[in-house]
This record gives sequence, structure tokens and C-alpha cells, in this order.
Amino acid sequence: MNTIRLSHIAVVLVSLVSMAASAQESHIDKLTGNAKHGKGLYQRYCIFCHGTDGDGRGESAPYLNPKPRDFTKAVFKCRSTPSGSLPLDSDLYDTITRGIHASGMPSWKPLLKQERADLVAYIKTFSSSFQEEKPGKAVVIPAEPPSSPESVKRGADLFQSMNCWACHGKDGRGHGPSAATLTDNQGNPITPFDFTSGRSFKCGETDRDMFRDLVTGLDGTPMPSFVGAMSADQRWDVVHYIRTLSDSKKHSVAKNDAKGQ
Amino acid sequence: MGIVTLKKTGMHLLMLGTLLALVETAHAIPAFARKYGLPCSACHEAWPMLNNFGQTFKDNGYQLGNGRDAPIYQEPAYWPIMFRATPFWHRESNNRQAVDVAAGNPSSGQVESSVTSSGFDLAGVDLITAGTIYNNISFFVQPFIGNNSITLSQAWARLDNLAGSHWLNLKLGKFELDEPISQERQLILNNTGGVYYNYFFTPPGDKNFFQGLGLPQLGVELLGHSGDDSTRYSVAVVSNSNGQTGLPSNQAYDVYANFNQSFETSWFGRQQVGAYGYVGESPTFFQTSGGSPIPGTGMGNRSFYRLGAYGHWFVNKFDFYTFYLHGSDNVFLGNGVAANQPSSLPIGAVGPVWNGGFIEGHYNPTPRLIFTGRYELDRMSRQANPGIRADSGNLDSWTIGYRWYPIMSPRAGLAWTQEYSRVTNAGAAPLSGKDDTHDSYLMGFDFDF
Repeated sequence: MNTIRLSHIAVVLVSLVSMAASAQESHIDKLTGNAKHGKGLYQRYCIFCHGTDGDGRGESAPYLNPKPRDFTKAVFKCRSTPSGSLPLDSDLYDTITRGIHASGMPSWKPLLKQERADLVAYIKTFSSSFQEEKPGKAVVIPAEPPSSPESVKRGADLFQSMNCWACHGKDGRGHGPSAATLTDNQGNPITPFDFTSGRSFKCGETDRDMFRDLVTGLDGTPMPSFVGAMSADQRWDVVHYIRTLSDSKKHSVAKNDAKGQ
Repeated sequence: MGIVTLKKTGMHLLMLGTLLALVETAHAIPAFARKYGLPCSACHEAWPMLNNFGQTFKDNGYQLGNGRDAPIYQEPAYWPIMFRATPFWHRESNNRQAVDVAAGNPSSGQVESSVTSSGFDLAGVDLITAGTIYNNISFFVQPFIGNNSITLSQAWARLDNLAGSHWLNLKLGKFELDEPISQERQLILNNTGGVYYNYFFTPPGDKNFFQGLGLPQLGVELLGHSGDDSTRYSVAVVSNSNGQTGLPSNQAYDVYANFNQSFETSWFGRQQVGAYGYVGESPTFFQTSGGSPIPGTGMGNRSFYRLGAYGHWFVNKFDFYTFYLHGSDNVFLGNGVAANQPSSLPIGAVGPVWNGGFIEGHYNPTPRLIFTGRYELDRMSRQANPGIRADSGNLDSWTIGYRWYPIMSPRAGLAWTQEYSRVTNAGAAPLSGKDDTHDSYLMGFDFDF
């Protein structure tokens, strides 16, 4: 009995140590990030916005809008995992690489791949959640059907019926009737995205990125997941419609066709 | 070695000294830090030396590409201007200065003597305004307030990302060439180590109007790069004017090109290699009025070139620059003879040829501290005039120093610097023709806001 109990304790201890060690590392494809190395990089590049403790209260934070991410809460906008779950290491890596459009967060692509992986490892040390939980599984994104006037029309209808317009505005410029009242999970005012500002969005610029956002939502913001509210085909329709707002030249025909129907 | 040659060598060194005095240091730009909320260390390995993120930002036309670059996103009160000043104490020593035997009495004859001076000093003040006029239109203006003058070090505007491509950026104005290692951004400030001699080297007796790769030039530049800046190119067409306004030489245009490629290695991180070349023509004489040259009427152009390769190597917190230059001037430039007076060329005259290079290392244990060391040399491989001693003009220089940054914020920066440098010029002593050595020590503040 004692032997069994001891072996259980040993397994638990090994698991805990293993999880703690894992939390000090990141794994992106063949890269293994090291938190110790990441700390130095964080102090060089990140600390003035995200703060010494990773709580988003860096020296520059008061002057930034939107506010820098609070890593201690382990809540991240740009993920491939379901709403409410931790991001994959690759999600954090992609965010560092890509930056977040229309925010103070630039693309850190000029850093080495290894350096970005090291930063991911260090960012994970700010929250015990990365030791206690595992990230969700990446959502599956089905193949995109071709955009068509019919798809755009259906997307426009969904944009209305799902109340997207209440925040993003009927013309997609981000000044819907609810826009002025929105706050993030820390109580800071937050502005809905202006879909007419270009082809880049907060979490990427491809149609797949936008589809993924509709599935996962942007945690920590009022943008919810629409995974239960819309089918995959409907989400593609919305993506196609939003593209007509952001890329008027390419989609002007489709947009006009949709309006005409 | 004759007296004439010695005098020429002395004049050459005097010109070099004057030139070095004209080289103004630049620039960390806290105006950008204020705009984006980023610290100096985001863009600088140790300011003013850029890291790859800062180089990419610069190559993008001072844009982060995060949708917040245009001036419309800034507070109306934001004014993209900064200044940089460097108060310091320094000591200068020359081991073979020509001095009068009896001070104040030139007829008493001259001897070579060691001369040392020291004291508190100020290099002048850089004012820099730079940023974006609009999305994908960037600018840079840098007046320099010297002790007795104000000069315009750089002033240019650039159209960025033409046709939506990183590979097409067009700059017009007075700008620093896309040098392998930036003269403007080097870490050493003292009189001896504050320049890369290879950029300014001219052989003994040479009268090339072009005075160096390290000087900002007037012209147009096409620059392109990959998204992560791992591949870069630059081609510039510039007036043969040393960046002086008013077309002082003639209608000649020079061409400069630079290309570099970075590699990410699994063990040592980023490594960079590159090659560059400057090819041009300089006038050998001018039309005159009353015997004085008329500016802008340079004639009898003759060619010259500077070519080379370089690398930037990283090993954890150490990094090293290696730099090589091969230079040559036409025989008329090399001997300071007008092309319409070929009979004035010395017997056996040829175009001078030389080689040079340096290795510069940095140890950067934290963003707030950097140690620097450099060894640089130039070697004449062929003198323009066979009467000149074979090693005359050869140069050896080394520098050590460190910079500590107690203040480094998104608003301003302050560094404490201490440096020691020595340069030895072969055969340059004004009377004996022995080697001439100059030492500089400097310590002081370097701050910007």
C-alpha cells in the first residue's frame, strides 16, 4: 500500500515538475523557446509597454490605446483555440511575429525565430495558468468556398441579424450605437474594429484569420465567439461580406451585386 | 623622402583632421520612442547603433506598419523633434608635432615635440526631426549646431513601399549612404576613434574632390528589403560634391551600391554578409577667374573607386563587424595634377592603390551596457608617385571603450561613455618622416531628448 502511495506521489511530483518545466519553455514547430533567454529580450523590447511584471502597466501604457496585454491574466485575443482556453505557443509566436494591427504592438518579425520563441516561453511565466492548464485544441477551419454575390448577400444579412452592426456600425466603420459603451476585461474603453481601414485585422489579414476570429472570439474584448450561433458556411459568408467593406476595389462588383439583390 | 613629399603628407593629414572635425555624430531619435512608446533598446543594440528591429524600422521609412504610423494618429501637440548633446572631458596627445624652438619665433627653427592638451569640451548639438509626413512618405532633417556655425547634415524625403512593395523605396535629398557600418551611428566619440578611417582614406599627395564614404551625399537612392530585413539592397546616384550644396564641383555623378544578406543560424543566431562599391569621377582642375577656381566648373574628370565586403557576426551577447575596402584613384587624382597638364606628372606616376579594413567587436551584456573594441588599418599597395616612401600613408588605429545607459526610457536617454583611442600614421611626422601617433581619451555624457 505504502509502495503504491509513494509511486502515486512520485508520479504527481514528476508531472508537476514536468509541467513547470514545460511552462518555462515554448514549442513552436522545431523551435524550443527558453524563458531565461526570453527574459533578457523582454526587458529590451517589451517591458516599457507590458511592464516588469507582465501586467500591462509599463511606463508607456497610460499613453497607449488599446492598452497593452496583461499577461498575468493569461487572456489573449488572438488564438486558434476555443474561447476561454489558453492559446497555443504558436498563437503567441504568431502574434509576436505579426503584431496587432491598429494598436501599439508592432510586428517583431525582425527578431530571430529563436528569439521570438524565447519570448513566448517567458511570457508564459507571468501566469500560473500555463502550469495548471493545457491549451485547448486548435479549431478546425474548413476549406473556404469561393466568394460570390450570393455569399456576400447572405453575409450582409447575417451582419444585420447577428447584431454585428451594433458595435461595428452598419457601414463597418466601428461606430455602431454600442461602440461608445464597450470596455475590455480590465474596464478600459475599447473601440470596435473599423473594417474599412484596410485588409489587415487585429489577428491577421487572411480570410482564414477572420474566420478563426469568428470561431474563437477575441477573449478579453466584447467580441464573442460565434461558434454556436452560425454554421461554418455562414461564417464564410460573413467573411466574404466583411471583405467587401475592407477591399472596395477588389470586391466592388460583388458588393454592388449584393446591394442590388 | 623629400621635403616636398613630407609637406604633402603633412597637408594631407591636416586635411584629414579637418575632415574628421566635420564628421558629426548622430543619432538616437527619442522622437520615435515618444511616438510609439518604445524604449531606445527596442531599436538600438546600444544607441545610436541600430539592431535589426531598428534597421527594419528605418528601412520601412520610420514606420512600424501597425496602422499607427501616419501623423493623424498622434496627439496634435506631438512634434517629432529631438536634440542630442555631448559634454565631455578629453585629453589629446600627439607625439610628433612640429613646434618652434622658441615659442612665438618662427625663425628660431622647428623641432618635433610631443604636445598634449586636455579640458572640458562640447561637440555641438544635433537637432533631428524625422518621421512620416503621411503613410509611406517619410522625412529626415538634421541641422547641426557647431561651436561657430549651423550646418545641415542631412535633409531628405522618401517615398516608401512604392507599388506596395518593401523592395521599392525612393529617397531624394542629402543623406547618409547605406554604409556597411554606419559612420553616423558609431559608438565612439573621441577625435581619434570617432571615425572609420577606411571611409575617408586618401593616399599621400592625392587630390580627389571626393572625400569619403562616411559623408552624407546629395542625390537619389533606391532601397529595398525583405519584410524581416534579411535581404537588403541600396543603389544611390549622387553628385560628386561631398554633400555640399551649390554644385561646387561639376556635373559629375557617382554611383554607390550596397547589398547584404542575413542568415539565421541555429547556434549563433543572425549572421550577415555584404558587399558594396562606390564608383565615380572627380575633376582635376577648374576654370578660373583671376587665377581662382570658379565653383561648379570642374573639368578633366578622372575616375576612382572604392569596393569591398563586410560581415556582421553574432555569438550570443558578442558581435563583430569585419570590414574590407579596396580603393584606387586615377593617376591624375593621385598626383594632384590637372588632366590637361600631363607633363606635370612625375616620372613613373601611377594611380594609387590601397587596401584597408577593420574588425570591431561589441559585448552587450544588458541593454544598458556595451563594451567596444576596434582595430583598423590601411595599407598602401601602390603609391601614386614612386618617390613617396612605400609605406607612407599606412595607418593603424585601435579603440576601446564602453557606454553605460543609466537612463533609457521612451522619452529620453543618457549615456556615460569612456573611451581611449590611438592612431599611428606611417611616415607622417612633419619633420623627421617618422611615424606619427595621436592618442585620445574621452569621458562624458551623451544625452538626447
